[in-house]
Amino acid sequence: MSEHLSFHYSVDGDNFVSAGQASVQVKKNLRELGIAPEVIRRVSIAMYEGEINMVIHADGGNADVDVYEDRIVITLDDHGPGIADVTLAMQEGYSTANESVRSLGFGAGMGLPNMKRYTDDMQIDTVVGVGTKITMTIKL
Amino acid sequence: MTVRELTEACGFAPIVLADPDRTVSGCYVGDLLSWVMGRAQQDNAWITIMTNVNVVAVGALADVSVIVLAEGVKLTQPVVDCAEARGVNVVSAKVPAYEAAVLIHGAI
Repeated sequence: MSEHLSFHYSVDGDNFVSAGQASVQVKKNLRELGIAPEVIRRVSIAMYEGEINMVIHADGGNADVDVYEDRIVITLDDHGPGIADVTLAMQEGYSTANESVRSLGFGAGMGLPNMKRYTDDMQIDTVVGVGTKITMTIKL
Repeated sequence: MTVRELTEACGFAPIVLADPDRTVSGCYVGDLLSWVMGRAQQDNAWITIMTNVNVVAVGALADVSVIVLAEGVKLTQPVVDCAEARGVNVVSAKVPAYEAAVLIHGAI
Protein backbone atom coordinates (compact mmCIF):
# COMPACT_ATOMS: atom_id res chain seq x y z
CA MET A 1 0.00 0.00 0.00
CA SER A 2 1.40 3.39 -0.92
CA GLU A 3 0.50 6.76 0.47
CA HIS A 4 -0.35 9.56 -1.91
CA LEU A 5 0.16 13.29 -1.56
CA SER A 6 -2.74 15.72 -1.72
CA PHE A 7 -2.73 19.47 -2.19
CA HIS A 8 -5.85 21.56 -1.78
CA TYR A 9 -6.40 25.11 -3.01
CA SER A 10 -9.26 27.52 -2.86
CA VAL A 11 -9.61 29.71 -5.98
CA ASP A 12 -10.97 33.25 -5.51
CA GLY A 13 -13.72 34.36 -7.86
CA ASP A 14 -13.29 37.42 -10.03
CA ASN A 15 -9.67 37.88 -9.02
CA PHE A 16 -7.33 37.78 -11.98
CA VAL A 17 -4.44 39.04 -9.91
CA SER A 18 -4.36 36.06 -7.57
CA ALA A 19 -5.34 33.59 -10.31
CA GLY A 20 -2.40 31.33 -10.94
CA GLN A 21 -1.23 31.22 -7.34
CA ALA A 22 -2.45 27.66 -6.90
CA SER A 23 -0.86 26.56 -10.19
CA VAL A 24 2.46 28.18 -9.35
CA GLN A 25 2.38 26.54 -5.91
CA VAL A 26 1.63 23.15 -7.49
CA LYS A 27 4.55 23.66 -9.83
CA LYS A 28 6.85 24.29 -6.86
CA ASN A 29 5.53 21.30 -4.94
CA LEU A 30 5.93 18.95 -7.90
CA ARG A 31 9.44 20.23 -8.53
CA GLU A 32 10.34 19.42 -4.93
CA LEU A 33 8.97 15.92 -5.45
CA GLY A 34 11.35 15.46 -8.39
CA ILE A 35 8.64 15.11 -11.05
CA ALA A 36 9.88 15.49 -14.66
CA PRO A 37 9.81 19.12 -15.93
CA GLU A 38 7.61 18.34 -18.95
CA VAL A 39 5.03 16.66 -16.69
CA ILE A 40 5.11 19.64 -14.32
CA ARG A 41 4.55 21.95 -17.26
CA ARG A 42 1.51 19.97 -18.43
CA VAL A 43 0.00 19.77 -14.94
CA SER A 44 0.52 23.44 -14.16
CA ILE A 45 -0.85 24.70 -17.51
CA ALA A 46 -3.93 22.44 -17.29
CA MET A 47 -4.53 23.60 -13.75
CA TYR A 48 -4.04 27.29 -14.57
CA GLU A 49 -6.56 27.08 -17.39
CA GLY A 50 -8.99 25.51 -14.95
CA GLU A 51 -8.29 28.19 -12.35
CA ILE A 52 -8.89 30.94 -14.91
CA ASN A 53 -12.14 29.28 -16.00
CA MET A 54 -13.35 29.21 -12.39
CA VAL A 55 -12.42 32.89 -11.97
CA ILE A 56 -14.12 33.93 -15.22
CA HIS A 57 -17.25 31.82 -15.09
CA ALA A 58 -17.90 30.37 -11.66
CA ASP A 59 -16.95 32.92 -9.00
CA GLY A 60 -14.14 30.66 -7.87
CA GLY A 61 -14.05 27.11 -6.64
CA ASN A 62 -11.81 24.40 -5.28
CA ALA A 63 -8.78 22.74 -6.81
CA ASP A 64 -7.26 19.50 -5.59
CA VAL A 65 -4.12 17.84 -6.83
CA ASP A 66 -3.40 14.24 -5.88
CA VAL A 67 -0.03 12.75 -6.65
CA TYR A 68 0.05 8.95 -6.90
CA GLU A 69 2.92 6.69 -7.81
CA ASP A 70 1.79 6.36 -11.44
CA ARG A 71 -0.35 9.46 -12.05
CA ILE A 72 -1.33 12.96 -11.02
CA VAL A 73 -5.04 13.74 -10.71
CA ILE A 74 -6.32 17.33 -10.77
CA THR A 75 -9.89 17.90 -9.61
CA LEU A 76 -11.58 21.26 -10.14
CA ASP A 77 -14.94 21.77 -8.50
CA ASP A 78 -17.17 24.83 -8.73
CA HIS A 79 -20.71 25.96 -8.07
CA GLY A 80 -20.89 28.11 -11.19
CA PRO A 81 -23.52 28.14 -13.93
CA GLY A 82 -22.49 24.82 -15.46
CA ILE A 83 -21.70 24.22 -19.13
CA ALA A 84 -24.81 23.99 -21.32
CA ASP A 85 -23.10 22.43 -24.35
CA VAL A 86 -19.85 20.62 -23.53
CA THR A 87 -19.13 19.72 -27.17
CA LEU A 88 -19.32 23.37 -28.15
CA ALA A 89 -17.24 24.45 -25.15
CA MET A 90 -14.53 21.98 -26.19
CA GLN A 91 -14.17 23.60 -29.62
CA GLU A 92 -11.06 25.74 -30.00
CA GLY A 93 -12.09 29.37 -30.36
CA TYR A 94 -15.52 29.06 -28.72
CA SER A 95 -15.84 31.32 -25.69
CA THR A 96 -18.55 32.98 -23.64
CA ALA A 97 -16.07 35.29 -21.87
CA ASN A 98 -16.88 39.01 -21.87
CA GLU A 99 -14.89 41.88 -23.34
CA SER A 100 -13.09 42.82 -20.10
CA VAL A 101 -11.82 39.26 -19.76
CA ARG A 102 -10.67 39.31 -23.38
CA SER A 103 -8.80 42.56 -22.86
CA LEU A 104 -6.65 40.73 -20.30
CA GLY A 105 -5.64 38.22 -22.96
CA PHE A 106 -8.06 35.47 -21.91
CA GLY A 107 -11.30 34.32 -23.49
CA ALA A 108 -9.67 32.97 -26.64
CA GLY A 109 -11.68 29.78 -26.36
CA MET A 110 -8.58 27.70 -25.72
CA GLY A 111 -8.98 26.91 -22.03
CA LEU A 112 -10.81 23.58 -22.11
CA PRO A 113 -9.02 22.43 -25.32
CA ASN A 114 -5.66 23.16 -23.64
CA MET A 115 -6.72 21.22 -20.54
CA LYS A 116 -7.50 18.24 -22.76
CA ARG A 117 -4.35 18.72 -24.82
CA TYR A 118 -2.05 18.60 -21.80
CA THR A 119 -3.69 15.74 -19.91
CA ASP A 120 -4.09 12.04 -20.66
CA ASP A 121 -7.72 11.95 -19.56
CA MET A 122 -10.30 14.61 -18.83
CA GLN A 123 -13.81 14.08 -17.49
CA ILE A 124 -16.35 16.90 -17.29
CA ASP A 125 -19.33 16.49 -14.98
CA THR A 126 -21.53 19.52 -15.30
CA VAL A 127 -25.10 20.43 -14.43
CA VAL A 128 -26.54 23.74 -15.58
CA GLY A 129 -27.37 25.89 -12.58
CA VAL A 130 -25.50 23.60 -10.17
CA GLY A 131 -21.82 23.56 -11.10
CA THR A 132 -18.99 21.80 -12.84
CA LYS A 133 -16.47 19.21 -11.76
CA ILE A 134 -13.51 18.51 -14.00
CA THR A 135 -11.16 15.61 -13.32
CA MET A 136 -7.90 15.49 -15.23
CA THR A 137 -5.33 12.71 -15.10
CA ILE A 138 -1.72 12.85 -16.18
CA LYS A 139 0.23 9.60 -16.26
CA LEU A 140 3.68 9.49 -14.75
CA MET B 1 22.51 30.88 -25.86
CA THR B 2 21.57 32.23 -22.45
CA VAL B 3 18.98 34.87 -21.66
CA ARG B 4 21.73 37.29 -20.65
CA GLU B 5 23.60 36.74 -23.94
CA LEU B 6 20.39 37.14 -25.95
CA THR B 7 19.54 40.36 -24.13
CA GLU B 8 22.95 41.82 -24.96
CA ALA B 9 23.05 40.51 -28.54
CA CYS B 10 19.62 41.96 -29.39
CA GLY B 11 20.02 45.22 -27.48
CA PHE B 12 17.03 44.51 -25.24
CA ALA B 13 16.73 46.31 -21.91
CA PRO B 14 16.68 44.00 -18.90
CA ILE B 15 13.67 44.49 -16.59
CA VAL B 16 13.95 41.35 -14.47
CA LEU B 17 16.82 38.91 -14.97
CA ALA B 18 15.96 36.46 -12.23
CA ASP B 19 17.57 33.52 -14.02
CA PRO B 20 19.93 35.04 -16.63
CA ASP B 21 21.85 31.83 -17.30
CA ARG B 22 18.78 30.02 -18.57
CA THR B 23 19.06 28.68 -22.12
CA VAL B 24 16.89 30.19 -24.86
CA SER B 25 15.72 27.91 -27.61
CA GLY B 26 13.24 29.13 -30.19
CA CYS B 27 10.78 31.97 -30.07
CA TYR B 28 7.01 32.37 -29.85
CA VAL B 29 4.96 35.49 -30.55
CA GLY B 30 1.44 35.96 -29.21
CA ASP B 31 -0.86 37.93 -26.93
CA LEU B 32 -3.74 35.53 -26.32
CA LEU B 33 -2.60 33.86 -23.12
CA SER B 34 -4.26 30.48 -23.57
CA TRP B 35 -2.97 30.36 -27.11
CA VAL B 36 0.52 30.96 -25.77
CA MET B 37 0.09 28.22 -23.17
CA GLY B 38 -1.12 25.84 -25.85
CA ARG B 39 1.59 26.54 -28.40
CA ALA B 40 4.73 28.05 -26.85
CA GLN B 41 7.46 25.54 -26.12
CA GLN B 42 9.52 25.25 -22.98
CA ASP B 43 12.61 27.55 -23.13
CA ASN B 44 11.17 29.73 -25.91
CA ALA B 45 11.64 33.48 -25.81
CA TRP B 46 8.04 34.75 -25.73
CA ILE B 47 7.33 38.08 -27.40
CA THR B 48 4.16 39.91 -26.33
CA ILE B 49 2.66 43.35 -25.86
CA MET B 50 0.46 42.23 -22.94
CA THR B 51 1.53 43.69 -19.60
CA ASN B 52 -0.95 42.54 -16.95
CA VAL B 53 0.13 40.34 -14.09
CA ASN B 54 -1.21 37.19 -15.75
CA VAL B 55 1.60 37.45 -18.28
CA VAL B 56 4.02 36.54 -15.48
CA ALA B 57 1.92 33.52 -14.47
CA VAL B 58 1.73 32.33 -18.07
CA GLY B 59 5.47 32.82 -18.52
CA ALA B 60 6.15 30.80 -15.38
CA LEU B 61 3.69 28.01 -16.15
CA ALA B 62 4.51 27.65 -19.84
CA ASP B 63 8.14 27.67 -18.68
CA VAL B 64 9.41 30.08 -21.30
CA SER B 65 12.98 31.27 -20.76
CA VAL B 66 12.25 34.98 -21.10
CA ILE B 67 9.32 37.31 -21.76
CA VAL B 68 10.20 39.94 -24.35
CA LEU B 69 7.94 43.01 -24.16
CA ALA B 70 7.73 44.47 -27.65
CA GLU B 71 7.07 48.08 -28.68
CA GLY B 72 8.63 49.34 -25.45
CA VAL B 73 5.49 48.60 -23.42
CA LYS B 74 6.00 49.04 -19.69
CA LEU B 75 5.19 46.89 -16.68
CA THR B 76 3.77 48.38 -13.50
CA GLN B 77 5.88 47.88 -10.36
CA PRO B 78 3.60 45.18 -8.87
CA VAL B 79 4.02 43.13 -12.07
CA VAL B 80 7.80 43.59 -11.92
CA ASP B 81 7.73 42.48 -8.27
CA CYS B 82 5.68 39.43 -9.23
CA ALA B 83 8.19 38.46 -11.95
CA GLU B 84 11.03 38.79 -9.45
CA ALA B 85 9.18 36.70 -6.87
CA ARG B 86 8.46 33.96 -9.39
CA GLY B 87 11.91 34.00 -10.96
CA VAL B 88 10.64 34.96 -14.43
CA ASN B 89 13.01 36.77 -16.81
CA VAL B 90 11.52 39.85 -18.51
CA VAL B 91 13.24 42.16 -21.00
CA SER B 92 12.05 45.11 -23.04
CA ALA B 93 12.43 45.64 -26.78
CA LYS B 94 11.76 49.05 -28.31
CA VAL B 95 10.97 47.47 -31.67
CA PRO B 96 7.67 45.82 -32.74
CA ALA B 97 7.13 42.08 -32.24
CA TYR B 98 8.15 41.12 -35.78
CA GLU B 99 11.45 42.98 -35.57
CA ALA B 100 12.12 41.57 -32.11
CA ALA B 101 11.54 38.07 -33.51
CA VAL B 102 13.94 38.76 -36.39
CA LEU B 103 16.59 39.94 -33.90
CA ILE B 104 16.11 36.81 -31.77
CA HIS B 105 16.22 34.57 -34.84
CA GLY B 106 19.52 36.15 -35.85
CA ALA B 107 20.99 35.76 -32.38
CA ILE B 108 20.11 32.17 -31.46
